[in-house]
Amino acid sequence: MSSKNPVRKAPRFVAEVDEGGLGAVDAVRVSDRKSNLWLDAWRDLRGRWMFWVSAVVILFIVFVAVFPGVFTSAPPNDNCILTVQTQAQAEEFGVPVGTRISNHGPLPGHPLGFTKQGCDVFSRIVHGTGTSLSVGIIVTLIVAVMGIVIGAFAGYFGGWLDSFLMRIGDIFFAIPYILAAVVIMSMFLRERNIFIISLAIGFFAWPATARILRSEVLRVKQLDYVMASEAIGVSKFRTMFTHVMPNSIAPVIIISTVGLAAAITAEATLSFLGVGLPANVFMSWGNDISAAQGSLRTAPQTLIYPSIALSVTVLAFIMLGETVRDALDPKARAAR
Amino acid sequence: MTALEPLLKVEDLEVAFKTQDGFVPAVRGVNFDIYPGETVAIVGESGSGKSTTALAIINLLPGSGSITGGRVLFEGRDLTQLSRREMEAVRGREIGLVPQDPMNSLNPVHRIGFQVEETIRANGLAGSRREVRKRAIQVLQEAGLSDAHERLRQFPHEFSGGMRQRVLIGIGLSSHPKLLIADEPTSALDVTVQKKILDHLETLTNESNTAVIFITHDLGLAAERAENLVVMNRGRIVESGPALEILQDPRHPYTQRLVAAAPSLASKRIRSAAARGDSLATAEAATSERSLDLVSVAERTAETSSESAEPVIEFRDVTKVFKIRTGGPRSIPFTAVDKVSFQVPRGSTMALVGESGSGKSTAAKLLLRLEDITSGTILVEGKDVGALGKQELLQLRSKMQPVFQDPYGSLDPLHNIGNTIAEPLNVHRVGDAASRKARVREVLEQVALPESVLTRYPNELSGGQRQRVAIARALALKPEIVVLDEAVSALDVLVQAQVLNLLAELQAELGLTYLFITHDLAVVRVIADHVTVMQRGRVVEQASVSEVFDNPKTEYTRELLAAIPGADIPLAV
Repeated sequence: MSSKNPVRKAPRFVAEVDEGGLGAVDAVRVSDRKSNLWLDAWRDLRGRWMFWVSAVVILFIVFVAVFPGVFTSAPPNDNCILTVQTQAQAEEFGVPVGTRISNHGPLPGHPLGFTKQGCDVFSRIVHGTGTSLSVGIIVTLIVAVMGIVIGAFAGYFGGWLDSFLMRIGDIFFAIPYILAAVVIMSMFLRERNIFIISLAIGFFAWPATARILRSEVLRVKQLDYVMASEAIGVSKFRTMFTHVMPNSIAPVIIISTVGLAAAITAEATLSFLGVGLPANVFMSWGNDISAAQGSLRTAPQTLIYPSIALSVTVLAFIMLGETVRDALDPKARAAR
Repeated sequence: MTALEPLLKVEDLEVAFKTQDGFVPAVRGVNFDIYPGETVAIVGESGSGKSTTALAIINLLPGSGSITGGRVLFEGRDLTQLSRREMEAVRGREIGLVPQDPMNSLNPVHRIGFQVEETIRANGLAGSRREVRKRAIQVLQEAGLSDAHERLRQFPHEFSGGMRQRVLIGIGLSSHPKLLIADEPTSALDVTVQKKILDHLETLTNESNTAVIFITHDLGLAAERAENLVVMNRGRIVESGPALEILQDPRHPYTQRLVAAAPSLASKRIRSAAARGDSLATAEAATSERSLDLVSVAERTAETSSESAEPVIEFRDVTKVFKIRTGGPRSIPFTAVDKVSFQVPRGSTMALVGESGSGKSTAAKLLLRLEDITSGTILVEGKDVGALGKQELLQLRSKMQPVFQDPYGSLDPLHNIGNTIAEPLNVHRVGDAASRKARVREVLEQVALPESVLTRYPNELSGGQRQRVAIARALALKPEIVVLDEAVSALDVLVQAQVLNLLAELQAELGLTYLFITHDLAVVRVIADHVTVMQRGRVVEQASVSEVFDNPKTEYTRELLAAIPGADIPLAV
């Protein structure tokens, strides 16, 4: 007992017993709707306008990439003319013979004008969507797979494997991936295609993902359920795949959406620098922006419209990444 | 006496938290008084609103919470009406706070001295730099830290948990407040440290005649440290009054339940019932309450223990040395388990007791072979655990299952309950899909969970329910040995009683052998047959439960026993 001098005799108070009684201790009360991390995240996403805006924009971009013919009938690369020379061409474009089509402004059927080569800007943007998007997706997949595998093995098995893999990661990390991609693309002058450029970008971008996954794996692997799983007799590999990886993958999904945007930009950058995809074979926003630099003053439309397409796409993926991050983070969810 | 005015008068206090589904009340119409110099304990389980009440008094509710009604009169002033500036003048200077978690309550990047001086400066207790420093040294000395002068220059990580809590108590009392709010000040500390800290706190507050609001989940601790109790449940006060009266004669059914379930009080009752020569059964309340009465648990464990059974688990001079990396190529050896030997007879419960760092959890991990033994042997049913091949180890693991401490960490949040319980069955390829399903249902019934939880995820269940799921998973393979590593430590008393009862029942029914690892001697009295007390990796004492409790041989064990809160409270049994 406390040795203090009692100041007073406290009055005794006993509350009325609640009408419902005490109830069973720790009675199971599960709500009608199920819930887990991903379900909760989805419920949260549903209520965010930013998610819907970015999702609609991305779906639209994917649609454009898959079915470019729906949006334009003008060929992006063929039949480009610098000057209207024949009567047939004059009727087609609705301008007199002798008009310069190169860098010309909008004409009926060609809403965004023409490039220096006399190709339809709108058509080139529409047909370039597929290239930019494929590069983005392939790079993201390469980065995610390499990052997840290397990060998970390094984090979960630790020891010398961890040191070895992470030092390799540091070496790659030290080389700016744009610089590395420039070097690699210069080596493949003839074989340049979507896969080569994606590999060139992705092969040097994985260390960031690997680091994030590794730190998450380090956190998850000391949780009791991982130990419990091993004690039950689950093998180390199976524990890693069934318990550790699914629980540490969330941050990778988040940075992947942002990384996808970065990959699209990287392709555009490489094309702009002239080491990307060959302009005469692949329509790509980066190529168009690169080609437009010479005629910026006289024909700004050749630069502005591909840039807008690039920005909107990148913005949509970044917005998606932001909302997914907030939805997967219970703390951010509570603060809303 | 009657002329005395209450220092703090809480009237019809209502607190609500804003959530996505609107306002959720957390404190509903709470009334109590505190007089100068007295200690009032607010007791309740997690979620009962005890901490929220305390934080509402000093207006430090977390962002989404707000006071929605009632008054908090401190010396006649209504604290709920004060402006931020006025409230800041009250906090620290007139009402001090000792926070719950000493590990996270000090800023790790600042020296102790800076943090103590900050308080002194903020409350204007001293002017010049030298005076502030002098006062800071004084504060640490009062808090019971030797070499206060040196201590000021150290960082929090150089302090143990108990020392950090002393610093926090020093900070809380530095300006001689009239009221000190201590929010579970020692829950994170070992029992012996807890006793020392609370003794010291009591001396300090007695000297300065400071009133104390003591918030705790432990009824025994509350009764030992406070003259008046306020018992809260679901945001309401269910019973309040003098501590002794409440313990000896709990009137509200909730309080009665709480008293029956508190381990520290139960062991007292077991002893007195045994001393009187009564059957323990007479101490039992109505049969419906049986599942929560720890005395009945103890009785059941006593029934099941068989003395002459052969040992299932045997530790022979088991040693585990960890290498602690020092940042360079060198490493320091650290002996976590030092020549530990003991035997656990079949169908009995061996409790491995010790404070943090005693090596008890490491011993469990060695048994489960989650760590490799440095030297010595562990025999399970006569087989050397360390020498087993992969296949034999898998076989052993089907016979020996663990249940871990943290009910929030021991279940994979992405697997539903059905899959979680079925996992060991799948790994060991027991039966076909249908029989596995049937087995999952069966163990779920054994741990008293409805079938509806099968498709649910862990975050939908409470801590106690998760622990029951973890027990179900452990039982799925029909093991003979269950290793319980602090399996009930994180649970509220009522839930703890329920789980302990479940464990005792399962042992009686299935003839299980338990290795029960805990820091709580009070629980040991209830559940175990034999006790091994560990200190710094070594076995200090080893005997049957009654021997250890009635006739402890070593000083350390005596200390541990004395530190059980509420051990010397006279109870009406």
